[in-house]
Order: sequence, then C-alpha cells, then structure tokens
Amino acid sequence: MPIKSYLAHPHENQKETLVAELSSLDNCEVIPAENKDVLILVTDTKDKTEEANLKDQLDTIKSLKLLAMVSGFNSPKN
Amino acid sequence: MYTSTSNRRSFIKKMAVLSAMTAAASMFPGIIFAEEQQRNLPKGDLDWKKAPCRFCGVGCGVMVGVENGKAVAVKGDPNSAVNKGLCCVKGYHSVMAFYGKDRLTKPLVKKNGRYVETSMEEALDLVASKMQETIKDHGKDSVSIYGSGQWTIPDGYAASKLFKGCIGTNNVEANARLCMASAVTGFMTSFGIDEPMGCYEDMDHADVFILWGNNMAEMHPVLFSRLLDQRLKRGVKIIDFATRTTRTSMAADKSILFLPQTDLAVANAICYEIINNGWVNKSFVEKHCNFSKGLTDMGYGLEDKYSFTDKPEKISFEEYKTFLEDYTPEKVEKISGVSAKDIKYMASFYGDPNKKVMSLWCMGMNQHTRGTWINNLVYNIHLLTGKISQPGNSPFSLTGQPSACGTVREVGTLTHKLPHGVVANAEHRAFAAKIWDVPAENIDPKPTYHTVEMFRALDRGDIKFMWIQVTNPMVTMPKLKRYRDATKKEGRFIVVSDIYPTPTTDIADVILPSAMWVEREGMYGNSERRTQHFEKMIDPPGEAMSDTWQLVEVAKRMGFEKQFYYNEETHIEEIYNEYRRHHDNDKHRMAPLEVLKEESGAMWPYVDGKSTKWRFNAKYDPACSNGEDYHFYGKPDGKAVIWQRPYEPAAEEPDAEYPYWLNTGRVVEHWHTGSMTRRIPVLHRAMPHAYVELNPGDAKRMQVKTGDKMKLTTRRGEIILPASVNERGVPAPMQVFVPFFDENMLINDITLDSFCPISKEPDYKKCAVKVEKA
Repeated sequence: MPIKSYLAHPHENQKETLVAELSSLDNCEVIPAENKDVLILVTDTKDKTEEANLKDQLDTIKSLKLLAMVSGFNSPKN
Repeated sequence: MYTSTSNRRSFIKKMAVLSAMTAAASMFPGIIFAEEQQRNLPKGDLDWKKAPCRFCGVGCGVMVGVENGKAVAVKGDPNSAVNKGLCCVKGYHSVMAFYGKDRLTKPLVKKNGRYVETSMEEALDLVASKMQETIKDHGKDSVSIYGSGQWTIPDGYAASKLFKGCIGTNNVEANARLCMASAVTGFMTSFGIDEPMGCYEDMDHADVFILWGNNMAEMHPVLFSRLLDQRLKRGVKIIDFATRTTRTSMAADKSILFLPQTDLAVANAICYEIINNGWVNKSFVEKHCNFSKGLTDMGYGLEDKYSFTDKPEKISFEEYKTFLEDYTPEKVEKISGVSAKDIKYMASFYGDPNKKVMSLWCMGMNQHTRGTWINNLVYNIHLLTGKISQPGNSPFSLTGQPSACGTVREVGTLTHKLPHGVVANAEHRAFAAKIWDVPAENIDPKPTYHTVEMFRALDRGDIKFMWIQVTNPMVTMPKLKRYRDATKKEGRFIVVSDIYPTPTTDIADVILPSAMWVEREGMYGNSERRTQHFEKMIDPPGEAMSDTWQLVEVAKRMGFEKQFYYNEETHIEEIYNEYRRHHDNDKHRMAPLEVLKEESGAMWPYVDGKSTKWRFNAKYDPACSNGEDYHFYGKPDGKAVIWQRPYEPAAEEPDAEYPYWLNTGRVVEHWHTGSMTRRIPVLHRAMPHAYVELNPGDAKRMQVKTGDKMKLTTRRGEIILPASVNERGVPAPMQVFVPFFDENMLINDITLDSFCPISKEPDYKKCAVKVEKA
C-alpha cells in the first residue's frame, strides 16, 4: 500500500489546470506552491494494481511536464 | 501499532508531504506552501522567536509561536541554513511536549518508600547536604553526575565546573558516551581533534553519498530530504550500505547489505581496491598522512574494571599495503556477504577523481565494539584518495542529540575531558582551573569511570551518589537489569532532574522538575559545529527550574559561591562568556553571544567574524599555518593518520543456542526513549509500542505473522514483543530488529554491555538472541 510524494511541474501557464486535473483523481492529494510553478502530489494507493492504474492516468495528463518522486514508503501497512 | 493503521497512514502521509516540501524548499528558495504550512497554525497574533529544534543532532532552525504565555506552534526557520524553513514531524509537534498531563511541577522526595512533595528550596538543600555527607564519608569519587547530549551548553558547563573544578572528581559522564564516543575517538586518533571537518553544505556539492549503516530517512529526515533534492536537481547517487533494509534503502539508488560487524572488512577491501587500481592520491598522502597500527585482540570490556590503552606504532605504506592483501574483495565477500562486484562498485566512486563523495554515518558505526576502528577505516578511504576537507568530499559523522557535540564533546562532560583538552594534561588542568577560579590541584589528573563502568561502580558501591539530568538510563543502559538493580541497593542515593516521570525517576530518591527547552535560555551545538542560541520564551510550570540553575543553586549550597557567582537574570550570558574563554584560539573560537542571538547559529572556529565551513583546508580555515593546501593541525606534525585496523568478530555472535543477531535502534516518530514524544498524541498514536522486525523468510518458516507474540531470549533474559513482518524495515535472514523507545518493552534488559575498548561506547547493534513464538 504505497504512499508516495512527488514534485509535479506543470507546462508553462498550466499550473491551475494541473492542480484541477490532479485533484480530480482518486488517491491523490495536491498541495500547490503559492509562489512557484510547482506542486506537491501525494498518492495513496491500496496495492500495486491501483498504483499502476493511477500511473497510467497520470501519464495522460497533458498539463503535467515532469513528475519527480521525492519519497515512497512502499510497505504493506505504511 | 497494529490497531491504529489509519493513524499511522495519516502520519506517513504527513511525512511524505514534509519530504516533498523540504525538497522543494531546497530547489526553490523562498517557496511557500501557505495552505499546508498555515493549516495547523493557530489564528491570532503569535510572537515568533527562533530556536534550534529540541530533538535530534541535525539542529534544524525553528520558529516557536507564543501566544498568551503558551508555546502554541512551530514552523521551520527560513533563515536557517540547516533546514531552509522546514522541519520533520517531530519538530513540528515539539511544543506539544511542554503540555503533557503528567508534567513534573514539584520536587518529590522519597520517604518511607513513597514520594512526598516538597519545595524546591528544601529539595536543593537535601541534594547539596547529601552530596556533602557522601563526600565526607566516602571521598570525592563516591559522587557522580550523569548528563546528556540534550544538556544545553550552560548545563554541561556548570556540571563540569562543579564536579571537576570544585568537588575535584572526574565522575562526570553523559549519555553521548552511548552514541558518539566512537566518533570522538575516531577523530582524535585520525586527526588529533574532534568533530567533522566539513558541513551540511557538502551535500550541495557531492556527487555520491555512501551511507554507512545510517538510516537517514528516519533518523535525520530533513538532511535525507536534502540528498533526495540533490538527486532531483543533479542526479547524485545514494548508496545505502547497511545490515537491514529500511526506508533509506528503499529510497536509495542502491542498497547493499553486509553481515553485522563486517563493515571493518569491507572498508579495508575498498582501501585495497584503491591501492590496487592506482587510485591513491600520492602527493596528498605523502604530504599529509602517516601510517600507523595499534594493538589488536583488545577484548570487549565485558568484565568490571576492564581497561585498555592502545600502543600506536608507525608503519610504512608498503607494510600497510601488505596488510591489505588479506582484504581483497574476493576474500571479503566470504566474510561479509557483500559481493566482490559491489565492493568494487563502491570503491570505484571513491577512486574516481572526478566524483565528489560524501560518507555519512551515525549509530551503526559508533555503537560497535570496534567503533573507533571503523571510524578510522572510513577516514582511511578519504585520506588515501585525498577526498577530504573540500566542498563535497567529506567523511561526515552525524550526531544523534541536539547538543552531543555542543555540550558533551565541546564543553567536555566526559570523565577524561576538560572544555579545552584533557584532565591528564597538566597545562590543560592549569588553564581550566584559572578560568574556573579553583586551585589547579583541585582537578584530578586521572579519569575515573566511563558510562558503563560508572553504573558498574554504582552496583559495586564505589559510587554512592548519582545525579542524573536530561536522560533516561533506566531505558537506555545495555544489560539494563544489572544497573537497575544497582540503583536499588542499600546506601545509594539517586537524584533525577527531568520533565516527566520515567523509569529513571522511578529509581530516584529525589526528583527535581526541570524547565524544558525554551522555558529557559540556552544553546545547543549540532553535527556541523554550529552553535545555536535560544531565549526563554515561556515560563516553566510550577517550581520547575533549568538544569543549569539547579546546579548553580546546589554549588552555592556546597560553599562554591565564589565560582558560581552568576546572577539569576544573566547567568546564561555570564556562563557562555566564561566558557568561550576556554576556546579562545583560532582552532576552536566560539562566536560571541550577540552573533548567536542575531543569526541562526555560527560554526566554530569562528574567526574574524566568520564561521569556518571546511577545516584543515587553507582556503577556508584560518587556523592552517603550515604553508600547504592542507594542514591537519590536530596532530603535532600536522599530518592525519591512516590506520591499519583488522576485521575482528563481534563480542557475541549467533550460535546453536542463540541463532539470531539482535539489532536495536530508533524510529522516526519518537525521540530516543519517548519520554517527550510519547506524550504527543499524534506521534504516540502513530507508533504506540515496540515490536520485533523479522525477515519474511524466517517468519514464514516459523509461521509467524505481524502481531503474533514473539519471545526473544538472550543470555541476559527474555522479553515478549509483537512481530512485525514486511512492514517498515526488513532485517536480513536470521537477524531481528527491535526499537528501544518503549519503556513497557525494555529491549535493553536483554542487550549486552560490550563496548569499544578505545571509545568505551557500547554496541547496541549486535548480540546473539533466540527467537520463538511466545
């Protein structure tokens, strides 16, 4: 049941769109920076299948330029 | 732990957010996550004041928000170079530790087996008179003080001055002996002077980070976030070299596991590779290094009154090279379980002149029966390649407690130490005595007891009186039962200063309530030689008093008014200014108090208004005076020492009867023994009790699942704990791990009190244990 955090970088002028698109996904929590074009994405999935499904959904988001993982706690109960 | 999964997940999620915020702060200076940062802050006009964090040795700068005389919030200090505005979960919740329901507010004196409230005046009278009576009846070496790396600088200074200078006993020790002593002896033997040559800024320059038995993700989370940030920005490599798979391993680029104790052999194999491949920085080694060997087969300190003195002997490079023939990667693979390929992989980074390498370590290397040796061996790697004292090339010993460096190592609250130098040196004694305003003869030239031996002396009856401040030895001492029983013996008198009831206050004859952190003024010194000041922001509860002032009051009652002349309003300033005189030289000058009040700390040596970031490098360190690029001025000839140190086995290794290795340590939620963090609801709920981590293969064989009760038996006793399988950490096969924070499951009842013969630091990471279903 992985919990992972990422720094998500939007394409130019698409920060608000990215916030909206990520926020609409299940298992995602979004914390936008106030003054920079970056936001924190925290994903909380039940298992590897759900994790893979989420990854597929993230790959389709056009406003997302780069997703860089910062931490991943990948153990059954963590 | 097993009944509160949702709490724990929410805690872990918070950790993940904080990691990301820390990484973002490093990448985008000044970045604001207002919503998240403000979410938990109380509304209203808070008065924000700076302080170093109360907890670990990283020394994050925090801002404490005070409202109506109460500390209500914490946020990272954006001006702090350490954490750049963020802090970990413990830091964010630190002010909640002030307000636990069972906070000690009145002195308690044991009478007829029951604790009776008394006034502070009466309690301090009793402490002073009891100490005087004990000295009169049994001599000055029958009284002792046992302090902490959580002592502020003034606390430790007052303790050292009272006991060493005024009473004249060297019975002064601190719990940093249990966590940092091997780092100290490593520095002293390799460089002749203590503490890291580099600083945290090395993390911004290094290309490769090799973590030697160091679970940074849990123990130094803010610094680990800085490494992760560098990976995002610059693609640096993180290699986790450890005995157990942890969160650090999971986040690292490569995890390499070794069998307990065999880091000694692997370090030598890396040196073999460096020499064999022609990667030695010959001009650096010729100009700046000597080669030496010491005694071997030193034993493990298991017997009372054990003593050991090393006999260093100079050797040639050729002799050293011949010694390393026993440590080819192929031979070491058989001892360590690390493949020759992985040993060569690690060696290749150290050997590559175009890669800057930072080695980081903490308890894994220090709590080791050959702790001094393994510290020496990692320095060998950096010295052979000349990768030292330069931005990004840095062997870096991390510390565990907020002032293990600032107080225990720099003030010198260990039996052999003085603020400047050692008790065995007549010049150093005379120098300290002059500042302390005591006759030089008052300071005894002979060290007495290191920590384990001090508690053994209490057991034997050689020590009758012990004052314990800011630490919880009845949870942390190895082979604990012996020492707990010792405190209960007839004719012992124990004083404990603390903020909450603990297993240590349980054995006290007098309990003194202490003021905590920003309830008083003080300073801490962190891992990178940074001294940080904090002012008194709130009043302590009831009659609670700072540990410094408790010591001053007792000293005055014992007749040392002349030496303890301090004014209650200004005593911290007076003590700090007096303390600075001990270090009034270019190798260790401390920053003036006004600088510490203004800035988020300063790194000693503080010379001409500037902190020194890299010692021993003439470009950065004004104390270098040999006209060369580097000057290891801690040694009389200005050269560092490359040590020939062999691999030797641990004091107690698994056998047929006790077939597993037992390893102990900490968890991210709790600060050491949990006496503060277990009173912070969110942290306690996230990690309510201890457990034993098992390897999944071992668990399957024994048909054990998470939560099952397990019995652990060693030659010292037994303990029952719930199993943890495939959760946070995963031990290697035939190894188990147990955290020590839980006073209801005292793992130290069954650990072994073996120690490094040079540093006298116990090895909490290795003993033999039988593991079975309860």
